[in-house]
Amino acid sequence: MRFGIIVFPGSNCDHDCRYITRDILGEPTTLIWHKETSLADVDVVIIPGGFSYGDYLRAGAIARFSPIMKAVVDFASNGGLTLGICNGFQILVEAGLLPGALLRNRSLKFLCKPVHVRVENNQSPFTSLYTPGEPLSLPIAHAEGNYYVDDATLARLKERNQIVFRYCDEKGEVPAAANPNGSVWNIAGVSNEAGNVLGMMPHPERAADSILGGEDGLKLFQSLQAAKVGAYGRR
Amino acid sequence: MADVNPKQPSFSSSTLTEEEYQKVEELLERKPNATELSIFSVMWSEHCSYKSSKVHLKRFPTEGERVIEGPGENAGVVDIGDGWVAVFKIESHNHPSFIEPYQGAATGVGGILRDIFTMGARPIALLNSLRFGPLDRVKNRYLLERVVAGIAGYGNCMGVPTVGGEIYFNEIYSNNPLVNVFCLGIAKREEIVKAAAGGVGNPVIYVGSKTGRDGIHGATMASAELGQSVEKRHTVQVGDPFTEKLLLEACLELMRSGAVVGIQDMGAAGLTSSSSEMAHRGGVGIEIDVSKVPLREEGMTPEEIMISESQERMLLVARNGKEAEVEAIFRKWDLDVAVIGKVTEDRYLTIKNGDQTVAHIPVSALTSTAPVYERPLSTPRFQEMIQSLNLDSIPEPKSYPETLLELLGSPSLASKEWVYQQYDHMVRTNTVVGPGGDAAVVRIKGTDRALAVTVDGNSAYCLLNPYYGGAIAVAEAARNLVCVGAKPIALTDCLNFANPERPEVMWSFAVAIDGMSDACRQFNIPVVSGNVSFYNETNGLGIYPTPIVGMVGLIESFKTPLTAGFKNREERVVLIGETLEELGGSAYLKTLHSQERGYPPMLNFEKEKGVQKAVLTAAQEGILSSAHDCSDGGLAVALAECCILSPSSTGAAVDLEPGEIRPDAFLFGESQSRIIVSVKEAHFPRLRKILEEGAVPFAVLGKTGGGSLEITWGNKPNQSIRLSIGEIKRAHSQGFGKYFDKVS
Repeated sequence: MRFGIIVFPGSNCDHDCRYITRDILGEPTTLIWHKETSLADVDVVIIPGGFSYGDYLRAGAIARFSPIMKAVVDFASNGGLTLGICNGFQILVEAGLLPGALLRNRSLKFLCKPVHVRVENNQSPFTSLYTPGEPLSLPIAHAEGNYYVDDATLARLKERNQIVFRYCDEKGEVPAAANPNGSVWNIAGVSNEAGNVLGMMPHPERAADSILGGEDGLKLFQSLQAAKVGAYGRR
Repeated sequence: MADVNPKQPSFSSSTLTEEEYQKVEELLERKPNATELSIFSVMWSEHCSYKSSKVHLKRFPTEGERVIEGPGENAGVVDIGDGWVAVFKIESHNHPSFIEPYQGAATGVGGILRDIFTMGARPIALLNSLRFGPLDRVKNRYLLERVVAGIAGYGNCMGVPTVGGEIYFNEIYSNNPLVNVFCLGIAKREEIVKAAAGGVGNPVIYVGSKTGRDGIHGATMASAELGQSVEKRHTVQVGDPFTEKLLLEACLELMRSGAVVGIQDMGAAGLTSSSSEMAHRGGVGIEIDVSKVPLREEGMTPEEIMISESQERMLLVARNGKEAEVEAIFRKWDLDVAVIGKVTEDRYLTIKNGDQTVAHIPVSALTSTAPVYERPLSTPRFQEMIQSLNLDSIPEPKSYPETLLELLGSPSLASKEWVYQQYDHMVRTNTVVGPGGDAAVVRIKGTDRALAVTVDGNSAYCLLNPYYGGAIAVAEAARNLVCVGAKPIALTDCLNFANPERPEVMWSFAVAIDGMSDACRQFNIPVVSGNVSFYNETNGLGIYPTPIVGMVGLIESFKTPLTAGFKNREERVVLIGETLEELGGSAYLKTLHSQERGYPPMLNFEKEKGVQKAVLTAAQEGILSSAHDCSDGGLAVALAECCILSPSSTGAAVDLEPGEIRPDAFLFGESQSRIIVSVKEAHFPRLRKILEEGAVPFAVLGKTGGGSLEITWGNKPNQSIRLSIGEIKRAHSQGFGKYFDKVS
């Protein structure tokens, strides 16, 4: 499985993602500079966390206009596996590949801590190795992770099984108190309708190496490693 | 700050003293023009010249087998093995953070990061040491909230984790908060680049942000007492972490190319200090044409361009013919780049504006022959008085459990989770021990090695006895590193003091350096970089002497982290070291009895070395389950912290034998050279052997287990503490957080 990681000016988690896919999983991984216009022959695109363009206007709002994004949109629209983590999620939303918006956290402050998220849907190429309802411990680190969709969209997301992760407690329950940023329905990660594009605020790459004290995020990358290229439909 | 009229040089517009002005004329052998006078003012400011501190800083030991670069470069460099080096430094941004806390703190982070990557190292960890006035005042809460936001805003955006730090509160910092920022970077040894110009005719290249009028006279502002702070807001720079992130990546890419001879950050005094210092180190001259400097404002004078402190800029000397290569890299990262001058043979700093020469100054006049003062010293008259403490006047607590909870809930000792949750402490996925413990630990990918880092300083001790205060700062930092299993290898210091023109302040400065230097020699820990911040004084009221130590330790073979929290039930709790009747300068005396007096705890170098050596040996052998330094708040607070930091919320039951020592002094006194460890029964004989072989005193206090902390001594009814972990955690988590809105 060939991984491609997009590097925008201000991307911070590009090396962290590469460490997991290249050094832990042993898969070929290339960093793709945002001024490129082609993804070459990658099978999975990762848009990593960070502060693309400093997040000065609105997180992800400028990055979506980078030259590489046309290729990313084409790739994703043709069923290519596309993962956006944190700032990457924000960029995918701004690019229109995922529904909703990411508002400032309820506290209006940056928040970095480990949280629990529940696997809502393991019928996704990103989560196939998890069991449904499984609580994972993953870190979050963001100021704009308060996921918003209107009621009609929320109903549609539920109906079409697009909600992949929800903030929960350590037992896997989903009380309001487990919601760190004010996201609608405790949503921590959503996919597109076809299921080949996932955006999530928690950082699985920060919990995929036992030396850091947790490996709950590793199965997400292993799921991708095991995914069938081209198995996911076009829109 | 008076504006300097570029056309009419006048002595009154500069911050030089009359004698200093005379010296300028002597060195130039003529009268300076306005631009030159301005250049002398910033370069001879305390902040840039270290004119009051230089004679004392010489006493620090700066050499050691691991030292590659000591003080004098942008940052210190030490060998950590496997071909890798650690590059680190601490710096203050105190004055600007009081005037404009968000930008002041943010640009403090930006500045220290540039000091690290200008050496060719990738920054991998940030820490900070902060001091504020009490939180019950709205101004102090505002300052803290904005300083934290500024540090978070800059560090998070840069993708460099903020892995630790310390915050203490005291009335004395209400009008002079301290913001000290530490940065650690790593590089391969051959990748290190120095800040020396060289090669006559080589191009001098400007890279990074455009130059504006922000931060003009920042260095001179930081070299005077603070008065009406609002009027000085224009002297505070404005940070742009996004540009700095690009600058970081571009500089590291450039340095790998081999096109660079030398490079220096444009920090305090901007283009002036970077050009003259690089020329000085290389024994050459530099000629700059200010008309070629990229500007973001119109109509800037040569003088303004030369002393602007706009952020995110670097000055570099490239090899002749490599200009296009340098340009290509910076264009890739969308950064400004311009050849603005060349290296000359004449050892002059020559500033041109097109064809016109606007300044022509011998480099040595701005550097090596700048004024140096041996300022008068005198012991403060109050010194003896504040050192006296009659323990009979201090009543014993009525309730020991409540006293412990009050200490744990005091803002200085309480959990700073509210703060560090706003810092990304995990990015780069190297943080194996994060904030909240004795020291942070970051692993180095591709090796078995890890580095431990800590920042420490106790200003109450320094007020009462600057010698022991300074020595203890070094000892405690080393002890913190040992508690995570790391061997201390080198340190950087940030010396925060009041007005050096007052002999009492200068005395405390000199004596604190004596204490620190002696400790460094005793523990064999060289000083490789540092920073002095004087004039932390407002309306005549100065801060306590506050030397802060940032120390780096090496773990050669990292397997599992050693942390402070108890891990398992039924393990022995052992106090290593000796407890004396020492309440002077303690958090207990200040928090419960509102007194900051007495003699601070003694530091016996031999005892300290014995304790550290034994604990490091045990840690390296992997026989310890936990280790925690016993410091602020004493033994009882340290035991409570071992429970609070326990991942499994494991408590303990301990029985103490104070003997002749007052129980409150035994529980809350801050005797040095003590570490609490927990150890499995099976490992205890080995630990005992290590301690006995080192002739290190120790006491088995009791056992871990249960959901509460039970401390007993003597047999009077009030001579015990029984608190559930829940109660302890609540006090500890709310003591600081209650002053602010929730983060999560």
